[in-house]
Amino acid sequence: MTNGWIDIKNTDMMLIMGGNPAENHPCGFKWAMEAKRNRNAKLISVDPRFTRTSSTADLFCQIRAGTDIAFLGGLIRYAVENNRIAKEYLVNYTNAAFIVKEGFKLPEDGLYSGFNEASSSYDKTTWNYEEGGDFSGKTDGATPAHATPASSNPATPAPPPALPPNIAYDLTLQHPRCVFQLMKQQYSRYTPETVERITGIPKDQYLKAVDLFTSVRKDGDMKKVATIIYAVGWTQHTFGTQIIRTAAMIQLLLGNVGRAGGGVNALRGHSNIQGATDMAGLYDSLPGYLKGPIPADTDLAAFLKRTTPASSKPTPWDSFNYYANTPKFMVSLLKSMYGDAATKENGFAFDYLPKPGQDCSWTHIWNDMYNGKIKGMMAFGMNGVMIGPDTNKNINALKKADWLVVGEIYQDETSEFWKAPGITTDEQKTINTTVYRLPCAGFAEKDGSMTNSARWVTWKYAAVPPPGQARLDQDIIAQIFLRVRDLYKKEGGKFPDPILNLSWAYADAAHPPLSQVAMELNGKALADLTDPGTNQVIKAGQQLPGFAWLKDDGTTACGNWIYSGMWTEAGSQVQRRGTEDPSGMGVYPNWAWSWPANRRVLYNRASCTPDGKPWDPERKQVWWNEAAGKWAGNDVPDFKPDSHPKDHMGPFIMNPEGVGRLFAPIGVLADGPFPEHYEPIESPIKNPLHPDRSNNPLVTKFTTPFDKFGTPEEYSIVCTTYRLTEQYHYWTKNNPMNVQLIPEPFVEIPVELADEKGIRGTDKIKVISARGTYIAKAFVTRRLKPMMIDGKKVYQIGLPIHQGFRGITEDAGRDARTPANLLTPSVTDPNAHTPESKGFLVKIEKA
Amino acid sequence: MSQATLAVRRISGHPGPAPGDDVERDFQVCKLVDTTTCIGCKACEVACLEWNGYSFTDTVFDNSYQTMPETTWNYWNLIKFNEHEREDGSITLLMRKDQCMHCADPGCLTACPADGAIVQYTNGIVDFQQQNCIGCGYCVSGCPFDIPKFNPTTKKMFKCTLCVDRVSVGLEPACIKTCPTGCLHFGTKDDMLDLAETRAKQLRENYGIEKAGVYDPAGVGGTGVIYVLHDVTNPEAYGGLPKDPHIPWVVRFWKGPAKWIGNLAMLGGLLGVTLHYLRYGPKQVDEAKDGNGGKP
Repeated sequence: MTNGWIDIKNTDMMLIMGGNPAENHPCGFKWAMEAKRNRNAKLISVDPRFTRTSSTADLFCQIRAGTDIAFLGGLIRYAVENNRIAKEYLVNYTNAAFIVKEGFKLPEDGLYSGFNEASSSYDKTTWNYEEGGDFSGKTDGATPAHATPASSNPATPAPPPALPPNIAYDLTLQHPRCVFQLMKQQYSRYTPETVERITGIPKDQYLKAVDLFTSVRKDGDMKKVATIIYAVGWTQHTFGTQIIRTAAMIQLLLGNVGRAGGGVNALRGHSNIQGATDMAGLYDSLPGYLKGPIPADTDLAAFLKRTTPASSKPTPWDSFNYYANTPKFMVSLLKSMYGDAATKENGFAFDYLPKPGQDCSWTHIWNDMYNGKIKGMMAFGMNGVMIGPDTNKNINALKKADWLVVGEIYQDETSEFWKAPGITTDEQKTINTTVYRLPCAGFAEKDGSMTNSARWVTWKYAAVPPPGQARLDQDIIAQIFLRVRDLYKKEGGKFPDPILNLSWAYADAAHPPLSQVAMELNGKALADLTDPGTNQVIKAGQQLPGFAWLKDDGTTACGNWIYSGMWTEAGSQVQRRGTEDPSGMGVYPNWAWSWPANRRVLYNRASCTPDGKPWDPERKQVWWNEAAGKWAGNDVPDFKPDSHPKDHMGPFIMNPEGVGRLFAPIGVLADGPFPEHYEPIESPIKNPLHPDRSNNPLVTKFTTPFDKFGTPEEYSIVCTTYRLTEQYHYWTKNNPMNVQLIPEPFVEIPVELADEKGIRGTDKIKVISARGTYIAKAFVTRRLKPMMIDGKKVYQIGLPIHQGFRGITEDAGRDARTPANLLTPSVTDPNAHTPESKGFLVKIEKA
Repeated sequence: MSQATLAVRRISGHPGPAPGDDVERDFQVCKLVDTTTCIGCKACEVACLEWNGYSFTDTVFDNSYQTMPETTWNYWNLIKFNEHEREDGSITLLMRKDQCMHCADPGCLTACPADGAIVQYTNGIVDFQQQNCIGCGYCVSGCPFDIPKFNPTTKKMFKCTLCVDRVSVGLEPACIKTCPTGCLHFGTKDDMLDLAETRAKQLRENYGIEKAGVYDPAGVGGTGVIYVLHDVTNPEAYGGLPKDPHIPWVVRFWKGPAKWIGNLAMLGGLLGVTLHYLRYGPKQVDEAKDGNGGKP
């Protein structure tokens, strides 16, 4: 989240889309109810089904799964047409005024400029700003100051395109190639009629929704604030990152980013998934969202050159460009990992890091395992068979693996993949995978940090010790590591250095205290350090106060720069429990610790006018204090503290431009600088915007026998998957309390569809996709209406994911034991690699 | 059930006044359920089970999110779900927390013939005292909300106690404590009514929900559980909440006038027989006529 949970109570308007927080975040949802109770805030719910969130909404729109970009793009069009935009914010805090290179082409035909059909990728050279200066008021001109130098020697490749240091701009927003005009042109095609064709939302209903949401910015008035709240209903599509991008654009257009009660707010699912992504539980990043190394990074210098941005901005403006400090973060990370083995001479042991030369994301792992490239897997607290997508593919991949280690608290489907329904005893004899089950500690049996969606890091304590032979996760990992290291010591091997030289200086190597790990993440000084500005001295061995102290010369170590400040010389900041909230805005500055630097609302400088005064005096977050010569506030300013407003430093300090991006230039996203509506890979219609290019051109399909796709002629029903309040993913089906509340799997189907098929509520039915069959009881409901999609009548159905082939109901033989993800396709978003679990095609029949 | 600091105002089937009546000036406690912010999460269902020490039961999917069709002797708190079609044709999902309403004029207590099986405390809580219950089921006829439930094994009646064991030591009921959205409130009847009316007014004036109102039915003298409803003119849409609940006239008649009529009938009969005896003496058997066992 750019903002936070409690901060939601400050809002005047909520758009909840691609998410169902009443059901999936019931405790956090209280803040939405607080906003309603105390501020008369309004709530708009947009969902393929009328959910328990929708029952608290002031306006509900039933949307076809996967058409969110059409809805949001139309919202942009409406806001611009009706002058419901934050003009001053737009001109000064976003790249609306920046002029884009000639040669850039919008995707009227479904493709941006630079598409290479053979490689399914884009040459993004034209997705860039023009170099130049102030073209305000001049609608012609902005010809390139100098052409991109052609390579003088054909053998040396041209350098990869980079942002120009000095961007051409037009503050009147009139230049035909300025971002604002291009964006306007892009979404001019998203008329309410077109939105109705694509989403199925009747035009009147749609106009009511966009009118309500943009009403906070009526006539450009800046007092009120709107928030956009979403979850995996947005991320789990082959264009998921672009859906979120559209929301970010809307919030920039309306000036809601950086404001209390505003922002773009992702509701994370698992208790500590935020912590997992912060620590780079992803193959293509390093802790603190540093970019992961690739084979082209031949040494540290090359890596730093590629990943450290140079500032790029209109000349009179300032840009903090905080990622310019990447070398400090990276070197400190390497020192933390490899200690004395990381020296200036050896590039701080950069060579020890793996450099994946291929896509190693989730669906590729299973595909590689199926193709025999991955021999074994360690699965900790993660039920891959149930997660899918395409459960059958994952099961068949495991059949081919040599070994599988599952760390869990109960017998799960993954560790019992060989007993999946449909596998005969004869077939079981042919499965040679050795499965090891390691009993692990449950959530109440271990301590450690938890980072919530709001980036607040707290410390939790173990309530009871792990039972029997169960071990703590860190103990298991530590003990495996120590044994592997021993083997390398004794037997040698191919490049043992990264293992032998990994820092492991814990008080008890086989049982590392997590408090010590937390201290490592915070970082410490390796030599005496002095701050030239304040003459403050930090002695070698002391914990660092924050990431501002990190150095790129090897004198600091830090396991994760964004967590620097969590455990300082003053002690564990994440264990603080101060309940005071002087501003009343839910900041609670002394409760736990949020990254970065305990800031609650990111980009909060944008909550003020260009001269440093809050847009809404009743919700003062930060402000410029002229007398003290620095930014002050109720929240920690997310800004260079002493940057005078007249220097016009951009609030979006993590972008090289310093401003928010309506247009995402080269390198940011793989599939386009503006989001464009593409159909889900399995869709009932061709894309009305460009029928010859229906889907995201960058999406590729796997080719195993399990990667089958259905046509709308055979599979005419749109299906989505979701979660319920009463169950939590795949493990509460083992808990009597949850099973009492929701005892059996079901499928929600419209009354009209049930009548057509002669199905009554609680009849057993089959839901069939090109990949598998899910069998459950029909839940005949009026909360899912039939829709008219591009003139065609289309039904949508939905099913919860919680039941599988092992659990209380399953073991009692009371259901068909079919996991929901038997149905879902293994296609992913090209940027974040999340699978399209939220919109695919099925057919149904009585079982 | 613990009574701790509470005094009793009314006792079922009890001759004479209750010992606690008019002894203390007690505030009426009240639970406010705001259906406009309920998300149907069922945390309250589970909290009630856990506080009262009941184990989980086997349930069946029945075309609804609703855990089971009705409250039972060991499941006192149930969210009722209803897919309701509004006047404009749109569908909404109404969710109402169903439990004992703790009426000011309780039908169960009025109907109950067993001395002390049902008591009403001076704070308004209506509580079943199972040790005095004879399992006759009269309370079921008396209750307009269909709340008292029979345990077929122990032959006793059970229902929500408004956590009298918690309230009597100054704690809020378990359901109130656990509600994540702050949809449930607990306090004095006056305060809760005020809060409810304020909320209903907010809905009418700021959200265009013109029929929003407070459900506090006069037919039972008002209740210890009140609801804010989006549409107070249509309580039946909320899982069958009765529009005008009152104690059935049969029960009133049976425990009221019928008693006196019955007493009168008995007394009258006794009086009549006595008077007849005094006036006419004992029945004379006529020997002359009665040769063959009295036949003429």
